[in-house]
Amino acid sequence: MTSPHRSGGLLARMRRRRAVPRSKARRRIASATRLLAALVLAGGLYTAFAPAISAQDAPLSPAAMEGKALFDTSCISCHGMNAQGIEGRGPSLIGVGGASVDFQVSTGRMPLGSQGAQAVEKPPVFNEEQTRQLAQYVQELGGGPQIPEGDNLHSGGDVAAGGQIFRLNCSSCHAFGGGGGALSSGKFAPRISNTDDRVIWGAMLSGPQNMPVFGDNQLTPDQKRDVIAYIQETLKDRDPGGFNLGRLGPTTEGLAVFVVGITALIFTALWIAGKS
Amino acid sequence: MKRRKIDVRTLPAKAGNEVEDRLGVATPLRGIINKVFPDHWSFLLGEIALFSFIVLLLTGTFLTLFFEPSMKEVTYDGSYAPLRGVHMSAAYASSLDLSFDVRGGLIMRQMHHWAALVFMGAIVVHMLRIFFTGAFRKPREVNWIIGSLLFWIGFLAGFTGYSLPDDGLSGTGLRIASAIMLSIPLIGTWLTSSIFNGEFPGEIIISRFFIAHVLLIPALLVALISVHLALVFKQKHTQWPGPGRTNNNVVGERFFPRYTIKQAGFFMAVAGVIALLAGAMQINPIWLFGPYEAGVVSAASQPDWYVMFLDGSTRLMPAWQINIGIGNGYVIPPIFWPTVVLPGFLTMLPMLYPFIEARLNRDNKIHNLLQRPRDVPQRTALGMMAVAFFLVLVLSGGNDVIADKFNISLNAMTWAGRIGLLLLPPIAYYVTYRICLGLQQHDREVLAHGVETGIIRRAPDGRFYEVHQPLGHDHEELEYAGWVVPKKMNRLGALGPALKGFFRPIERPAEAPVSPGHPPIEPAPERREIESKH
Repeated sequence: MTSPHRSGGLLARMRRRRAVPRSKARRRIASATRLLAALVLAGGLYTAFAPAISAQDAPLSPAAMEGKALFDTSCISCHGMNAQGIEGRGPSLIGVGGASVDFQVSTGRMPLGSQGAQAVEKPPVFNEEQTRQLAQYVQELGGGPQIPEGDNLHSGGDVAAGGQIFRLNCSSCHAFGGGGGALSSGKFAPRISNTDDRVIWGAMLSGPQNMPVFGDNQLTPDQKRDVIAYIQETLKDRDPGGFNLGRLGPTTEGLAVFVVGITALIFTALWIAGKS
Repeated sequence: MKRRKIDVRTLPAKAGNEVEDRLGVATPLRGIINKVFPDHWSFLLGEIALFSFIVLLLTGTFLTLFFEPSMKEVTYDGSYAPLRGVHMSAAYASSLDLSFDVRGGLIMRQMHHWAALVFMGAIVVHMLRIFFTGAFRKPREVNWIIGSLLFWIGFLAGFTGYSLPDDGLSGTGLRIASAIMLSIPLIGTWLTSSIFNGEFPGEIIISRFFIAHVLLIPALLVALISVHLALVFKQKHTQWPGPGRTNNNVVGERFFPRYTIKQAGFFMAVAGVIALLAGAMQINPIWLFGPYEAGVVSAASQPDWYVMFLDGSTRLMPAWQINIGIGNGYVIPPIFWPTVVLPGFLTMLPMLYPFIEARLNRDNKIHNLLQRPRDVPQRTALGMMAVAFFLVLVLSGGNDVIADKFNISLNAMTWAGRIGLLLLPPIAYYVTYRICLGLQQHDREVLAHGVETGIIRRAPDGRFYEVHQPLGHDHEELEYAGWVVPKKMNRLGALGPALKGFFRPIERPAEAPVSPGHPPIEPAPERREIESKH
């Protein structure tokens, strides 16, 4: 529709008056048929492209049924009936996908201990089986991204390429060595330590708390594999220089030089001056 | 062949004579050898800085053998797997090689960095000692000024060294430095583009910083340190007041051999502590930072501790931008105040302080005796005020790490820093002042009434009083001599000396003498409770 005056356009042809007007009845039948066709087309397209809605009507799988039972006892108070969310308490979970549930529940962030700036990691309440059932339930409710199967999600990843992605995208919050960092108003990027591939993948895919979502369009699965390979490599890295001081950079180094270095030297000065 | 007899005992004297015949150094050497240095632990703090500087020179020389100060782009192919195949500058690649492929390279790098932190720390601690004891007073103002210059030149040495490896952290620091220079009105852009040879980062800054870091700045440091020490020699070291010590003499140990041996031992200790730090604790893990790229800014990107107060002042400064409507408009960015104006004050004010204090006190005399901090409460309180100011800025420089690790809101940390910067220094002044007065008063009280003996007497009228041991004869009141007043009986010789030892006594306490013919004293029988009977 960039140029409405072009005579060859479809709309222009449709708008053009017929030379001989058709009878009223035929006009009515024709318009009714067109309307019906349009409705069928729209409905059909909708059904084809939004399987989530139709899935709701389908019966839940046995695993999801188990998950729903868990949900109805532990999650419903904040996330509401059918995970629709409750204003001011918890968001809707329709469409967040199994990845998000997997991340939040397996790291103990959900169920939430208390409302605060940010959910904190704690020992998980649900075991692996229950976590999978909950994830399955939310997945069947509204679809969404899922973590790939398997525990090793970094084999074949390019560590060097992952490092470049990590420094560019992750280090600005999680810091260069994954030591974590502060965000505004009590929020924070947690320390990346001793975690498994599925958790890192789930975090990237679902963007929990204040973390941006790195969907498969932003970071392809291969790039995610690289990032995880890099993180696992740096976690394995046994700090060739000695105790790593929390990998927090010059702040803890400055603390160490006074607490250890200068203090030791002042005591040495006291000791040497006392020798006579 | 007849064996020549060598008398070993005469050898040193003979050798000395031979040297004297040729060089004629006996007279000046005798002066130096016989020079007397007063002995107190607080006089050794400056030596920590001197000795860590020597460690810096030695380790730095090793590093230059392998470091390549170039920003030429290369592809890394060393032994650190996570960076293999990554494009980086030759400077960064050679720093990685130093860390992973040069034998002993990592410990040398770490010793160099730790020694730099110790060097700056010792300078500050030494300056605090000089300030609080009034050692900067006439005739030593020049040496005080040289000392503060040494801090700022050490600051520059540290900053240029921090920038050399061209890793992510050093590039971030350089970017901030360029922003600070750009913020200077009128000359900012000219200054920045002349230092970077154009726009940041350019291709030459590493080579320029390298020559500054390994030649210009160390040469300046060596020159100033030499003048600093020469002045200590010439003006003689200050000493604490005490028996036999006056404003016109020096009581202590000869330069040779005792003082020299002690100093040699202390050098070994300083080098040992630095090596221990370097061997036990990882510093500046450049391989984690990655090569510098403009888009990479990590969380917890901080400068080394002696620059952190500037980072703190920047974080606390409100975003007050001044727009000047001249011509096309002119802007003074907020970063100008905390990073250019504030250090300007911090450089000039300490240098002028000796003259300000002398002027205010109308004091034109020569002072070779030190003052105890409590005896000059105004100066001590001012010093603590400065320390509080500096500490708030340093802590604010790391406020994101503190916020994260102690679960405090970062915003709360910023506001605590802003309020603390204004409130804590005056509080520190008041508290220090009162503590000084209290300590003074206690000294005077002991001089007037004597030492507490711990003996409580009860008078016939039922009154309790504590027996004091007067210090002077016949209850005369003693004059305060500016030195430690004995406050315990064992300091007076009335009781045995305190047992030596840090954690447990290194000597056995004297046992109670047993008189011949008498049985040893038995412990008193256990006391029984007195039961009341009705």
